[in-house]
Amino acid sequence: MNFAVLQFPASNCDQDAVHAVRLLGHSARLLWHKESSLGDTDCVIVPGGFSYGDYLRCGAIARFSPVMQAVKQFADNGGLVIGICNGFQVLTEAGLLPGALIRNRDLQFHCENIFLKTATNDSPFTSQIPAGKILRVPIAHGEGCYFADEETLAQLKANNQILWQYCDANGNLTDTANPNGALQNIAGICNEQRNVAGLMPHPERACEPLLGSDDGKWIFESIFAALKNKTAAAAV
Amino acid sequence: MKAKIIITPKKAVVDPQGITVKKALEHMGYTGVAGVHIGKYIEIDLAPGTDKAVAQKALNDAAFKLLSNPVIEDYNLEIE
Repeated sequence: MNFAVLQFPASNCDQDAVHAVRLLGHSARLLWHKESSLGDTDCVIVPGGFSYGDYLRCGAIARFSPVMQAVKQFADNGGLVIGICNGFQVLTEAGLLPGALIRNRDLQFHCENIFLKTATNDSPFTSQIPAGKILRVPIAHGEGCYFADEETLAQLKANNQILWQYCDANGNLTDTANPNGALQNIAGICNEQRNVAGLMPHPERACEPLLGSDDGKWIFESIFAALKNKTAAAAV
Repeated sequence: MKAKIIITPKKAVVDPQGITVKKALEHMGYTGVAGVHIGKYIEIDLAPGTDKAVAQKALNDAAFKLLSNPVIEDYNLEIE
């Protein structure tokens, strides 16, 4: 499978994402933000970092880059897109995902390991996560507090679009386990069509035991499985 | 001619900066502060001879698409 990892000025998790995909046995390449075509791509990763210096708002400028127009088209045609951290912010700014990410409620930048509960296995990004498995993955952000108005939040719930929520080690969705004040402990969501997802935590930084956890690989394994099914379906 | 755009967080959005500053003001002894909302101020210099109505329309569009995020922010645009 071919992964395209976008690279904006001041992306800084792009190499990590490429490393994680390759480590797990697939091919990945960096794609500069000025490119207007995705080429041969099965899945797009919008990586973490501080694209365009987080000027104006996180992700606000990146969404207008040429590559994002191609990503939008790719997503509209059903292509799989995942935004991690700043990538999540870019996707909400671009309107590919609902809601917004605002300043952490305590105004602090949080760089720590957190626990994630998978709210549904019904998505290309969560299907392979073992039932009941609590993922231990790092976060590193100052503006990761998920916000959406009541109507949007109700839609997210009704359509089962909440994919991951912050929890304690036992899987309880407590307020203490919520690092940034996100509504409903939301750490990641998908769009209504379920082919675009975003999350604040960094699964790409937790794909090998050397890094303290390899729980993040389950998210990538889910994507690989979805792409495999897609290829098999296309071949029939 | 200048365009002045003031961007403020929507009322429904928690504004941790505003809350912290409100607490600081209270701590300093300033009374009667019912709320603090922290936003952004953007000033845009318009080229000489720009038509005000045309600029108003274009900047409203820009404020909606780029300068503010309508999910979390409101804006007020003035050209003078």
